Amino acid sequence: MKLVSKEPEGILSEKWTNYKSSVPLVSPANKRRIDIIVVGTGLAGASAAATFGELGYNVKAFCFQDSPRRAHSIAAQGGINAAKNYQNDGDSVYRLFYDTIKGGDYRARESNVHRLAEVSTNIIDQCVAQGVPFARDYGGLLANRSFGGVQVSRTFYARGQTGQQLLLGAYSALSRQIAKGQVKMYKRHEMLDLVKIDGHAKGIIARNLITGEIERHGAHAVVLATGGYGNVYFLSTNAMGSNVTAAWKAHKRGALFANPCYTQIHPTCIPVAGEHQSKLTLMSESLRNDGRVWVPKHKIDCVKPARNIPEQDRDYYLERIYPAFGNLVPRDVASRAALYVTNEGRGVGKTGVAVYLDFEDAIKRLGKDTVEARYGNLFEMYQRITDENPYEQPMRIFPAVHYTMGGLWVDYELGTTVPGLYAAGEANFSDHGANRLGASALMQGLADGYFVLPYTIGSYLSTQIRAPKVDTQHPAFAEAESEVKENLSALMNIQGDRTVDDFHKALGKIMWKECGMSRHGERMTEAKEKLGNLREEFWGKVRIPGRLEEFNPELEKAGRVADLIELGELMMDDAINRNESCGGHFREEFATEEGEAQRDDKKFTYVAAWEHTGNPAKAKLSKEKLKFENVELKTRSYK
Amino acid sequence: MQLTLRVWRQSNPSAKGEFENYDVYGIDKDMSFLEMMDVLNQQLIKEGKDPVAFDHDCREGICGSCNMYINGRPHGPWDKTTTCQLHMRAFEDRDTIVIEPFRANSFPIIKDLAVDRSAFDRIIEKGGYISVNTGNAMDANAIPIEKEIADTAMDAATCIGCGACVAACKNSSAMLFVSAKVAHLNMLPQGKVESGERAISMVNQMDAEGFGSCTNTYACEAECPKGISVTNIARLNRSFIGASIGG
Ligand SMILES: Cc1cc2nc3c(=O)[nH]c(=O)nc-3n(C[C@H](O)[C@H](O)[C@H](O)COP(=O)(O)OP(=O)(O)OC[C@H]3O[C@@H](n4cnc5c(N)ncnc54)[C@H](O)[C@@H]3O)c2cc1C
Ligand code: SF4
Ligand code: FES
Repeated sequence: MKLVSKEPEGILSEKWTNYKSSVPLVSPANKRRIDIIVVGTGLAGASAAATFGELGYNVKAFCFQDSPRRAHSIAAQGGINAAKNYQNDGDSVYRLFYDTIKGGDYRARESNVHRLAEVSTNIIDQCVAQGVPFARDYGGLLANRSFGGVQVSRTFYARGQTGQQLLLGAYSALSRQIAKGQVKMYKRHEMLDLVKIDGHAKGIIARNLITGEIERHGAHAVVLATGGYGNVYFLSTNAMGSNVTAAWKAHKRGALFANPCYTQIHPTCIPVAGEHQSKLTLMSESLRNDGRVWVPKHKIDCVKPARNIPEQDRDYYLERIYPAFGNLVPRDVASRAALYVTNEGRGVGKTGVAVYLDFEDAIKRLGKDTVEARYGNLFEMYQRITDENPYEQPMRIFPAVHYTMGGLWVDYELGTTVPGLYAAGEANFSDHGANRLGASALMQGLADGYFVLPYTIGSYLSTQIRAPKVDTQHPAFAEAESEVKENLSALMNIQGDRTVDDFHKALGKIMWKECGMSRHGERMTEAKEKLGNLREEFWGKVRIPGRLEEFNPELEKAGRVADLIELGELMMDDAINRNESCGGHFREEFATEEGEAQRDDKKFTYVAAWEHTGNPAKAKLSKEKLKFENVELKTRSYK
Repeated sequence: MQLTLRVWRQSNPSAKGEFENYDVYGIDKDMSFLEMMDVLNQQLIKEGKDPVAFDHDCREGICGSCNMYINGRPHGPWDKTTTCQLHMRAFEDRDTIVIEPFRANSFPIIKDLAVDRSAFDRIIEKGGYISVNTGNAMDANAIPIEKEIADTAMDAATCIGCGACVAACKNSSAMLFVSAKVAHLNMLPQGKVESGERAISMVNQMDAEGFGSCTNTYACEAECPKGISVTNIARLNRSFIGASIGG
């Protein structure tokens, strides 16, 4: 399929301004007659739905939680970037653009990223006006911190709960539109299919999660803001409900899925404690500013209490291998290094799959009080979960899946390859290339929802002003609905002997081992076969209790796991195809002699977008060539 | 550890619920409470029984989904801790643990431990926002805000909307929740313009939803997993009375 990126012509810094002044508008009278469906009420979805409502469109918004305020965005801790340059430390739109492109290992579209950097400043203004209580300094102005190894302080934050506060802001704007009747909110509803009429997205099929009823909803355009798919690994820092179903159903209806193999593994999470583990908890990256990462030099020391291991027997491996950046190397580098030392048998803790993050020196240097002021809440959380006191013994940490850069392929307007279907936030692939910088996901979600889609969707909707209200009696709705019903009944009727969680864990193990931090072509080819077998086994042996027409969380999970397995197969295809190492994707065969990632810009400076062919094991690849006209491609080096 | 769980089972909103006892084995003290519930549910499914329905999502203490009433306390025995962050080391081997939903007339039970807290959303819809459209904002630093005020607003804003305050209150009052939201917005210069109207219409909606009145027992503050302070209730009362007198 030919992928048209719709990037505007002209100078990079003027593209978005020019686009905005030439995009066709929809008159207020026409907006009143146009319906938009927004699936998802995280930062991207809630901000989009609220803004569409303010503009006068009729909006239907959906989420599977019991309230839009509980979307996974709520859990983001660290902060949100914006090129405000309030600290006068030399930040600018260009610098944020450049850092994002470079951080993404040159695998993102320049024009999208520049636009993101441009609107970042408006986001902060908007959020403050909504009452988001960002941290302030004693002069009453907004405070910033430096995040994720960049050289400027451009990260705005609200204690360790930035995502919560931003989401509550977007949710309040959404609630205002709900009260006005501009947005109709469908909570505890799950989208289970996309409906297309004459090739255009015209609605969705959703299940009311309380009654089990299957509903048809029509609209002139559909926006998916349904988040990321990190839960394909079973264990991740994502919320339990995060899933790929909405995007996957759209993929099966013709939306191409881009760069599925780009996953971000966060280096500082609380390690797995045992088989019972259901999710992993992130420990903010800021800890690496003062904590030192180490493991014992000798395997025999691994079982000793950390404080009994003398200085000369410790290996501060990040400081040793990367003297220039030390403990502050980017996420992917720090994660891989932890994997290597534990593979060597030098991991610590009960399971041997962890490394130390030690604050002993920081406490000596700064005093316990300062350390407590900086990280007290994180130390408390750590202690509550592990029952260990990080003031007295080092934390144990290990990398965990955190974010998925891949997602539905979108053009400059955030339109997918299905006309009338848009994707925003973590659900699309657009801005982070092969690796996302810290504090940039919140920025992207709100940029898409508040400032990008409200303009770009007009370009499509201006062609729909004569289209009548979508008739949900159209045969396309009937067809999609009966497919959804058949699929659900098929699941219920299996009545095998394995639980959904059994399968989800099995899937996660394969993905983590073979499509995680360190990947190899041959092993992934085998793993893909295993996934195909797992899919068949799932459809033959899964057991779902209860009934279709009731509140049935196991049934919800089953549908999601079925889709995640298929996604896993596609991730393998994508990772096998990409014969290079870039960002979050590390192929053992494509590394320098020192074991560092080796990009292949000649062959792989493209977006890999996959088309569904009817067989989940046989997707078809299309390529969008990336053009770099404003930055020079460089090798990342942190030595 | 081995435990006996006494769990509230109710198949739908109109069914008459009852307690059922279940024994679970092999519980590790490092498991979270919800991971222990996962063990129970896996066991029930394998036995061909209906698993216990409960709400949860982030399992990090921030989304406010989880809501179990454990041994007579919302979110269980640990202070300032949500159900999902409670860990099994809080219990002893062979303990019996009583697990119920958050009970209040305004939180109808959907199934087992899952309840409908939409009333909270409807209260927010009545004024839990600042009326500013996207694109209408001035520069974020145009109005400096005293750090102390910003911090106090943030303290109130950390409410996760879980409903433990309601479940803890003998009157099922939602004052702590409502006051936290009102205080957060009314304290900030951006929220001042609508402050009186906000207080009145949110309180009216709270009453319309059937939440009880506040008789200052402060059980809410004691059980709130986020340590939301009852001083917010005093702040709300001031806004409310001020606005009522004013007009
Ligand atoms: C622990 C943690 C910390 C993080 N910290 C940071 C940080 O400090 N800074 C940063 O920039 N980023 C951070 N991130 C990343 C960031 O939080 C997410 O990428 C971002 O919030 C995603 O927002 P979203 O709007 O795209 O999706 P989400 O917030 O995931 O929302 C998805 C929405 O879609 C709905 N949905 C999904 N599927 C369906 C369906 N089939 N039917 C109906 N509804 C559906 C859900 O109900 C939900 O409303 C963090 C992530 C994690 C896990
Ligand atoms: S005030 Fe506390 S107990 Fe009440 S909803 Fe908010 S966080 Fe929960
Ligand atoms: S599951 Fe989110 S707060 Fe407990």
